[in-house]
Amino acid sequence: MRAALQLSEAGLKTAVLSKVFPTRSHTVAAQGGVSASLGNSEEDHWHWHMYDTVKGSDWLGDQDAIEFMCREAPKVVTELEHFGMPFDRNADGTIYQRPFGGHMSNFGEKPVRRACAAADRTGHAMLHALYQRNVRANTHFFVEWMALDLIRDADGNVQGVIAMEMETSEIVVFQAKATLFATGGAGRIYASSTNAFINTGDGLGMAARAGIPLEDMEFWQFHPTGVAGAGVLITEGVRGEGGILRNSAGERFMERYAPNAKDLASRDVVSRAMVTEINEGRGCGPNKDHVLLDITHLDPEVIMSKLPGIREISIKFAGVDPIKAPIPVVPTCHYQMGGIPTNYHGEVVVGGKPVTGFYAAGECACASVHGANRLGTNSLLDLLVFGKSSANSMIDFIKQQPLELPELATSDVERSVARVERLNKQTNGVAVNDARTAMQRTMQAHCGVFRFKDMLAQGVEKILEVEKMVQQTEISDKSSVFNMARIEALELENLIEVAKATMISANARTESRGAHVRDDAPDTAETPNGRDDANWLKHTLWSRDGNRLEYKPVNMQPLTVDTIALKTRSY
Amino acid sequence: MTAYDPIELKRIRWRSRRGLLELDLVLERFFAQRFDALSPAEIDAYKRILDLPDTDFLDVVNGKADLDDPEEAAIIEILRAV
Repeated sequence: MRAALQLSEAGLKTAVLSKVFPTRSHTVAAQGGVSASLGNSEEDHWHWHMYDTVKGSDWLGDQDAIEFMCREAPKVVTELEHFGMPFDRNADGTIYQRPFGGHMSNFGEKPVRRACAAADRTGHAMLHALYQRNVRANTHFFVEWMALDLIRDADGNVQGVIAMEMETSEIVVFQAKATLFATGGAGRIYASSTNAFINTGDGLGMAARAGIPLEDMEFWQFHPTGVAGAGVLITEGVRGEGGILRNSAGERFMERYAPNAKDLASRDVVSRAMVTEINEGRGCGPNKDHVLLDITHLDPEVIMSKLPGIREISIKFAGVDPIKAPIPVVPTCHYQMGGIPTNYHGEVVVGGKPVTGFYAAGECACASVHGANRLGTNSLLDLLVFGKSSANSMIDFIKQQPLELPELATSDVERSVARVERLNKQTNGVAVNDARTAMQRTMQAHCGVFRFKDMLAQGVEKILEVEKMVQQTEISDKSSVFNMARIEALELENLIEVAKATMISANARTESRGAHVRDDAPDTAETPNGRDDANWLKHTLWSRDGNRLEYKPVNMQPLTVDTIALKTRSY
Repeated sequence: MTAYDPIELKRIRWRSRRGLLELDLVLERFFAQRFDALSPAEIDAYKRILDLPDTDFLDVVNGKADLDDPEEAAIIEILRAV
């Protein structure tokens, strides 16, 4: 919507296609805020923000894009304020800023207040401010339309998308001089995910099918304790209040992994221990796929007074009252760092060259500013900065184009129609739910928060088997109007592309870096924490065609300042 | 199940896909367990609730806020219980 606003305000005819009403996209779940070195509460500098982002990315982020984002941050946040965003304020009227994990002053010295928020509803407020502004600027919204495929002509130039109107199942060509994807992440590839059901990586699936590689898809952020089978997060504060993690034998297993800190060990240590327990057969439940978070030994009064929200979540989503029984928990996927490869102008880049007419921004894109690990509040910033920069690139590009759109060949649209036709005609096929569950379980077990060599290798084989199931999905409802079965089958065809990209990229990257952590990556003087800069300081590019992997160097050259030199990442 | 426009029912089902996971989970159960038994008037009330922004909708489902309309409040009671 940030890009659409820029385009509409430039006087261009702008169509926004969305599966759901635009203010109900998953951005609504972003609570923390948006970071910008405004320095309203204490001294701050974009260069410090840049340092934090490069360090957070475990040096996999491109330093040109990161400098651009951090320098633009104060401008785009101030613009958003002028668009009517109800930021929390200081007594002097300036935007109130709070500290947030990983954001520091003076190149990592001490925490700094950099996050701008609208209470705990920052994403919601941002969506509303941008939507209202778009309505004023006459952006045309096509609500409840699902884009099916990207249209690329014989020269590889992007000419728009094929989309389906959900109400009628009618398939329509949207020819455009420039096309931007802002389709979000694909967290639903995992069995346990905080992502809403709409997060099915549609843009990534479309890009992959159109021959665009996906970048750094092995990098996903996880939270250690989500309710197993649901994904709703249980705050780490529960362990702070005395919560104990137990395996199927009832053992307090953290004593073995972190004899001193035990259940209060850092996030990565806890996640690693949980996954090791599950992997070694000591998981709980019929599928042995989770562990238990036990607070039954706490005084019920303490639970009621200090953890009322957690009790509610547990009762509602795990079906257990934590006063009486432990909560089933599992490391839970939260955010996708990789995506469609772009530069900081928002242009999709393949083989070092922009793909004519194609742009991407937000979680679906990989600029790459998050590298191997995203800092909190940098994701909303990513939307604003690259939404705007990609729109500016589109405006410049469109100005150079002839007034008339080129003629499209029918072959350009046939692929989408063929996919829907296959689905309608499939008999003796696989139920969409079964294929999706198989994918999610495979990803969770073989490519979760902590990864093992053998499990990854088996995971590659398994996910290619699951792909065969996805190619044979069958729906019993063949009707045209709001056919949710058809929509879910098409979404699964997008998810499976992301799942393959993730598994295959993770299997190949034999180091640990940021959110990609492997059991077999040795912690040595040359490879601290398993990070192997000599061999792996590079971006992965997975192509759908033959599941090919290629690599491209990380851009270590910022725009105006010196390179932020490699260092071991520790806080 | 009394007569309700089947097309409208499918539209309602899709519009119950939300931006917040917690709502998706609650509404999924609501459809599996309770939706089919609703009267046309109750479905109308549910449709009105769907117009709420996700954050407000979740606050109501979590009991942090209430709806004034008695028909809507009755649906919310069901959502709180599933």
